[in-house]
Amino acid sequence: MTDILQIENLNIHFRTAEGSLSAVHDLSFSVKKGETVCVVGESGCGKSISALSIMGLLPENGHIAQGKILFEGTDLLSLKPDQMRKMRGNKISMVFQEPMTALNPVFTIGYQLREPLRIHQGFSKKQAHVKGIELLKQVGLSLPEQRMKQYPHELSGGMRQRVMIAMALACHPQILIADEPTTALDVTIQAQILDLINDMKEQLGTSVVMITHDMGVVAETADRVVVMYAGEIVEEGDVETVFNDPQHPYTKGLLASVPKVEGELTQLQAIPGSLPNLGEAIVGCRFQSRCPFAMDICRSQAPPIYEENGHQTRCWMKEGESIADNIVPS
Amino acid sequence: MSALIIRRFIQMIFLLIGISFIVFISMHLAPGDPASIIGGPTATKADILGIRQRLGLDQPILVQYWNYLVGLLHGDFGVSFQTQRSVAAELFTRLPNTINLAIASVIVSVIIGIPAGIISALKQNSWLDVFSTTLSLGGISIPNFWLGAMLILVFAVHFQWLPVGGLDAPFWTLQGFKEMILPAITLGTGSAAMIARMGRSSMLEIIHSDFVRTARAKGVKERVVIWVHCLRNAMIPVITVIGLNFGFLLGGTIITEQVFAINGIGRLMIESIGSRDFPMVQGAVLLVAAIFVFVNLVVDIVYALIDPRINYD
Repeated sequence: MTDILQIENLNIHFRTAEGSLSAVHDLSFSVKKGETVCVVGESGCGKSISALSIMGLLPENGHIAQGKILFEGTDLLSLKPDQMRKMRGNKISMVFQEPMTALNPVFTIGYQLREPLRIHQGFSKKQAHVKGIELLKQVGLSLPEQRMKQYPHELSGGMRQRVMIAMALACHPQILIADEPTTALDVTIQAQILDLINDMKEQLGTSVVMITHDMGVVAETADRVVVMYAGEIVEEGDVETVFNDPQHPYTKGLLASVPKVEGELTQLQAIPGSLPNLGEAIVGCRFQSRCPFAMDICRSQAPPIYEENGHQTRCWMKEGESIADNIVPS
Repeated sequence: MSALIIRRFIQMIFLLIGISFIVFISMHLAPGDPASIIGGPTATKADILGIRQRLGLDQPILVQYWNYLVGLLHGDFGVSFQTQRSVAAELFTRLPNTINLAIASVIVSVIIGIPAGIISALKQNSWLDVFSTTLSLGGISIPNFWLGAMLILVFAVHFQWLPVGGLDAPFWTLQGFKEMILPAITLGTGSAAMIARMGRSSMLEIIHSDFVRTARAKGVKERVVIWVHCLRNAMIPVITVIGLNFGFLLGGTIITEQVFAINGIGRLMIESIGSRDFPMVQGAVLLVAAIFVFVNLVVDIVYALIDPRINYD
């Protein structure tokens, strides 16, 4: 399978009142055609910002200091604003976390659903209307003709998220970025939405970048997992490998903090401490202050990435195990 | 929607009865006797008593009010103490000037205020924004009698481009249009400034909202994002300000009409208060109150047209 999206050494900085802040540091990963990559990490680790940077929608105070985002070989960062606009909603789409506020309250569902079709596919209003009804059917909304005339406030959160997905997939994009698409929804609806995304992916052959903090979502959807901590990738690999044989202490911590339904009752393991302040210069490993295995070298030098059969880990503990050839300079 | 309109009309009747009571009582409590003003400096005590009797001013105040109210409910606003003409007739000959002036100043305030607010928000913290916010602070602070006098001084007296005052030609003629310009700017400036400030903050809030990000994520052109997705949402609070301002504008016409010598309701009110012409003042206040309530009903209806989340039924 070919890589459809490659992110190379992406660095994102933010201007804040306290000075420049490095929100994403040296981020590299790729997405293959038809693959689902989950980006996991706790709030504030830079996963949403990375997603917005792919869309070219970083907030005004953020900028990409370095790196490349290659989509089918073209660097998105080199595109002019209007060229990038033509990509959005057409080749690359995004679904957001908050379905309650993500739709414009003063326009009908129909209007908002017709928009991408008219912009990118040049559909007439009538054609777009017919296609819109078809899309609403595809995402499993009942009474699609009626929904087209309704306003967002007349729909529930789950229904709105379905509309968002229909809108995002309207132009059959190559990549769908889903930023915590289920976080704001009821548990029962969460599973339905994940199933829907999986189904649509199968039908359309879209690659999915799923941003989440929920290991359950990862298990449900991912082919590959990218674990982020404080703006850096700490571990990356196939979902089975990462779940069965996590290497980085942070990934281990994340997996241990998921409640298990089966088996004996155990105390949930929380990861002590909190994210480091990204405004300050960080010496050594970004996770060392919370790491139960921290060594002297962790406090003084940032660890490189070690790779073993496509399973990458950014941790000094891999130093002894790996062979020099496997070291990928960070 | 029709339920709202019916409900509002019923409310309006009670509201106007309340207002009529307050105005009636406060006029009668104010010092100064209309009978002695009508009688003039040479009138004897007996003359004044006669006038009081003729006007019904010798009766207890509540009886007077009751008689007035019964008249009102029959559509009779009474007869002016001064001119002996029907109050209603007098009011309705003066009303068009005031309404035209108020509407012209709303137009001025919207034409200046909304674009200024939007540009300020889009170019936040730029020199344009600073210029516009400073100007609107000035616009709110400047009293309109002073602004009116200055405009007359510059554009009517010095340059002689526009007439000094009066509003005699119909507004659709060139002369009428020229006569309207200075009063409308005088009256509309404060309101324009308020609309600009409200528009700015409301637009800033909307620009950073999630659905605007969604629109961008769909590949909507930036121009459409601003003028279609943002503007309609940002206008909701601005329309409230426009509606409320209409009340201030009606009040403001009193001063503006005085400065520009316009024969409107405002000027009539001042003259009538001076001569203790009770029925005329009461009639004018009631009319202005009714217009204000009506305008706010229109604002509520416009809300429902702009924002589908608002449903009155």
